[in-house]
Amino acid sequence: MIVASSADSSPWHFWAYFLDHRHEDLGWLWDHVWLSALPVVIGLAISLPLGYLARRYRWVYPPMLSITGLLYTIPSIALFVIVPPLFGLKSLDPLQVPIALTVYSVALLVRVVADGLASVPDDVLQSATAMGFGRVRRLVSVELPIAVPVIAAGLRVAMVSNVSLVAVAGTIGMNNLGRLFDQGIQLSTPTAYYPPIVLGIVLCVLLATVFDVVIVLANRAATPWRRAVAAR
Amino acid sequence: MIRFESVSKVYPDGTKAVDELSLVAPSRQITVLVGPSGCGKTTSLRMINRMIEPTGGRIFIDDRDTSTESPTSLRRGIGYVIQHAGLFPHRTIVDNVATVPYLLGQDKKQARKRALELFELVGLPANFAKRYPAQLSGGQQQRVGVARALAADPPVMLMDEPFSAVDPVVRAQLQQEFLRLQGDLGKTIVFVTHDIDEAIKLGDQVAVLRVGGRLAQIATPAELLSSPADPFVAGFVGRDRGYRALGFASAGRLPVSDEPTVRLGSDLSQAKDRARDGWVLVVDDNNAPVGWLAVDRVPDDALTGQVTPELVNLGGTLAKEDGTLREALDSALSSPSGRGVVVDGDGRLLGTITAAEVLERIEQHAAASRTAGAQGGRAAS
Repeated sequence: MIVASSADSSPWHFWAYFLDHRHEDLGWLWDHVWLSALPVVIGLAISLPLGYLARRYRWVYPPMLSITGLLYTIPSIALFVIVPPLFGLKSLDPLQVPIALTVYSVALLVRVVADGLASVPDDVLQSATAMGFGRVRRLVSVELPIAVPVIAAGLRVAMVSNVSLVAVAGTIGMNNLGRLFDQGIQLSTPTAYYPPIVLGIVLCVLLATVFDVVIVLANRAATPWRRAVAAR
Repeated sequence: MIRFESVSKVYPDGTKAVDELSLVAPSRQITVLVGPSGCGKTTSLRMINRMIEPTGGRIFIDDRDTSTESPTSLRRGIGYVIQHAGLFPHRTIVDNVATVPYLLGQDKKQARKRALELFELVGLPANFAKRYPAQLSGGQQQRVGVARALAADPPVMLMDEPFSAVDPVVRAQLQQEFLRLQGDLGKTIVFVTHDIDEAIKLGDQVAVLRVGGRLAQIATPAELLSSPADPFVAGFVGRDRGYRALGFASAGRLPVSDEPTVRLGSDLSQAKDRARDGWVLVVDDNNAPVGWLAVDRVPDDALTGQVTPELVNLGGTLAKEDGTLREALDSALSSPSGRGVVVDGDGRLLGTITAAEVLERIEQHAAASRTAGAQGGRAAS
């Protein structure tokens, strides 16, 4: 059992709590970083071909949206629990959380990729074909670059939502910032003890903000053409 | 040369977009496909570069059957310009223009150099190179579209309503420059439009298609105006076609009359002496017409002065001696004095002609073509 180091249980003492446990907390923060980022990267890699198919074969789009929408309605805690038996892992396997979160990321990003590709103007597609782009080359050097702003907007949502979902996995004992909430609950008997809970919230929000800024900056770097237009 | 051999396009639901179309678009000429919407003109155009595959017949480019080539390599050898230009929004103008050279694997530096040469050709300022398409106006984008189509110097160009989306003033300007460019480059061009005036202005020959993708008539603009094949073509060619046909009828040697003139800077009293019906023609030192002076309207206190540009009424178009009957008539009708001004190739005054004299010319011309038509009719029967 973790012992509260400060007698003061005011929520505003989260910083003192952090300093007292910083080694452990920073380890959880790092776990949180890769647990929330990796699924988005893998999810995007899976969503690109799926989104392309949904765009290319229009009949695929409605069922794909329904399926991915349904996936997203599965409660996260249930998904965390059901992943190990489905994938032959033992409980609390380090892959358990990334696999479950990849499912959510794919659920969000398939639609985003399909819509991003649909945002490419038809006359641009036509002129690309007419000038002699093959299908793959057109996708890579015309369609995807133009779809970047839409895809980036989807990535921001997926990223932030993953940061909060990872924390849920902390409550079933996986190491990440969610463990702070677990601690807060444990330390709250007999009277409420807030510092670890507030610290968890603050670190999650900070982490989500950093991810968001990174995606926004990457999007800006990849789309100089949009800034040029805005500056006109 | 592009040759359609009974080309058809029938969609799976049975819709006939193009029906047994046979025509030849001669090398180094502009062939315009024109017709109402649903006549299959765009479909026909896109079958040339295989953006749409025909369901029947064959298309040849210089006796090469297009269906035997890979679509991508076929397309890289054919310039293509569409209505909204379809530029790549994420690439700079210079990279847009260099698209096909890049695709052909040309050295990047060389491709860009070539692109900048094309800037000049189509009238784009060189400082546009690093801009993005959305920073350009519609007309400028369309110039980029033309430059991009020309970048790999293809012998064949396909143009699908390239000037339809810009305002009329810019359109007229782009059309003029397009004709000048074609005069220099001599591409084999197939041009699609729904606008019969554009077809007549730009086409060396015009193919009128009717709904369902059947060819109604293929002819030079002058023939189309003077002898439409059937009521559909006549109706499509529209009002004023008799008058517009004069735009293709050479005026020949016009019977001009000498016109007394005064030079800019000479005394107004001299102008008053030489005026006929109150008007005198003012010319510059090269004997090029400047405009008409209404001597009765010159204020009395100015009568002792000189002929200045401010006094000259600039109204009236000029007819060239080797111009058309339409120009000659317009010159007479637009002249404030009623005397149309005729100039030589260098813009120097030859004389004037009245509307009545031009009409006499038009009568002769019409009589001659009636006789030719009647003989043609006999020969055919």
